[in-house]
Amino acid sequence: MTTTREDFLEILRLVRPGSRVLDIGCGEGALLEMLAREKNVDGRGLEISPDGVSACLARGLAVVQGDADRDLADYPTRAFDYAILSQTLQTVREPRRVLSELLRIAERAVVSLPNFGYWRVRLGLLATGRMPMTGSLAEPWWSTPNIHLCTLRDFTALCDELEVRIEDSAALADGRKARRMDPARGIENWRAEHAIFLLSRPGAATAAARPIGDLFA
Amino acid sequence: MGLKIDLQPMVGMEGGLIRFGSEHALKLDSGAQLHGLEIAYRTYGELNADKSNAVLICHALTLDQHVASVHPVTGKPGWWSQFVGPGRPLDPARHFIICSNVVGGCMGTSGPSSIDPRTGQVFGLTFPMITIADMVRAQAMLVEALGIETLFAVVGGSMGGMQVLQWAADYPDRLFSAVCIGAAARHSAQNIAFHEVGRQAIMADPEWRGGDYTREGVRPEKGLAVARMAAHITYLSEAALQRKFGREMQRDGLSWGFDADFQVESYLRHQGASFVDRFDANSYLYITRAMDYFDLAAAHGGVLAEAFRRARDVRFCVLSFTSDWLYPTAESRAIVRALNAAGCRASFVEIETDKGHDAFLLDEPVMKAALNGFIEAAAQSRGLV
Repeated sequence: MTTTREDFLEILRLVRPGSRVLDIGCGEGALLEMLAREKNVDGRGLEISPDGVSACLARGLAVVQGDADRDLADYPTRAFDYAILSQTLQTVREPRRVLSELLRIAERAVVSLPNFGYWRVRLGLLATGRMPMTGSLAEPWWSTPNIHLCTLRDFTALCDELEVRIEDSAALADGRKARRMDPARGIENWRAEHAIFLLSRPGAATAAARPIGDLFA
Repeated sequence: MGLKIDLQPMVGMEGGLIRFGSEHALKLDSGAQLHGLEIAYRTYGELNADKSNAVLICHALTLDQHVASVHPVTGKPGWWSQFVGPGRPLDPARHFIICSNVVGGCMGTSGPSSIDPRTGQVFGLTFPMITIADMVRAQAMLVEALGIETLFAVVGGSMGGMQVLQWAADYPDRLFSAVCIGAAARHSAQNIAFHEVGRQAIMADPEWRGGDYTREGVRPEKGLAVARMAAHITYLSEAALQRKFGREMQRDGLSWGFDADFQVESYLRHQGASFVDRFDANSYLYITRAMDYFDLAAAHGGVLAEAFRRARDVRFCVLSFTSDWLYPTAESRAIVRALNAAGCRASFVEIETDKGHDAFLLDEPVMKAALNGFIEAAAQSRGLV
């Protein structure tokens, strides 16, 4: 990866210095390394590909080979301050369970995903009658890892159902700065190409007690 | 700490034989004590000025201290030359590498074939029962005697991996990093069952003589060879055996008898026959027993994570192999789960290979890359680069 992904910069901005972070689907460890360097976090990773894990090991990162669907159960409750799931939720078999697991393992979850309600996606489907392919959904339907795509509205509805609190959210687009948004507004479901969410469990005393800061300022 | 020791350097070798005075008896898990402990070991490379580059390699059941140099009995290259040597993940140019023969072994360290200093006779079955923790306790005495406070890494595969876990449980402040390859935190019923077959084969050999064969001038070679043959099958995967031998015959046509018709039979017979030249039958009994007794969680209230509670500052690397059915990946995952629960820095890779348990001894590129990356990064943190 030659340029730093915009969602990485957002995550970097919101993570508290010195916190404990689990990056699920950490790839070759670029985000974890950045977080360790810039925010002095105590980071751990979970990555499905052995090559990815090997690359992480060479970077001095503590990464376990495993998959979000199966192996999150191995982590103790509240072991982390943040669980990060970057562009991965739409690829897991059981997004609903994974989301619940994130907020069991960590006080807060950071989740980023492509918005299937984005206007180019809608227009693409409407105009061509074929599965949309955009910058963020670049692969044809038969080879995409994205098996559980959703719109912003779908995602916020799932959060409501699971009683997950959306503490903050921002819209992301390639090459542009993140833009803070209110995901409940219908227009954002058209405008946002990607979205990133900071999630917590309501009523978690520790979550309320700690200041969040200017997360997406 | 002033251990009274007697070093006997072996000519032309780095390492030697270390003898602990009787005031430094090895206290064993069984409650017994081993007096006059001797440990045979090898080293490669040099200890740096601040003594921060020492690596301890723990060997598997039938291996020994000759990790990267020619074996004195078989004349074969060291058993882990793929990983230890110039330009290898463990490099004598940068690391001070130590490997010692385990207690109970038969390559120079005190074991059932040693002379009991109290009687002047071969121990035989009077040698005390030993455990993985006892092996590690002896290694810790050696490491201390060599003037090393903290090991940069403790590395081992199979039974060596069990010792690595024991090190982390018992001496967490004396190691910086730990590499556990193709191992388990306890012996399963199947593991114990296979070992029992081996032991029964040895003890059923009339030449075993109740363990007193040395005094009677004989050796239970047939029993030991059968034990090795059975064990050897567990080190390979079905796919590897099939690829290597299939149903290939030794010669054209069937013998219509019980000669080694199939190449796989001949191969196993050879494995058994050559094994007896370099291994002692009683050592095989004692060490397999130590492995069977191994259950790291049991010693910590049944909770494996408790074993690692004090090892939070240790960097762990756990490796397993997809086709290893002796210590399958699930065992390594259980270790990783416990390390996570204890809040340790754990990394884990499952290596794709069809070579079975023995893959840890072979030149597996993915394993080499993982080990190399882990060691390099740990060395940087330790300030070794």
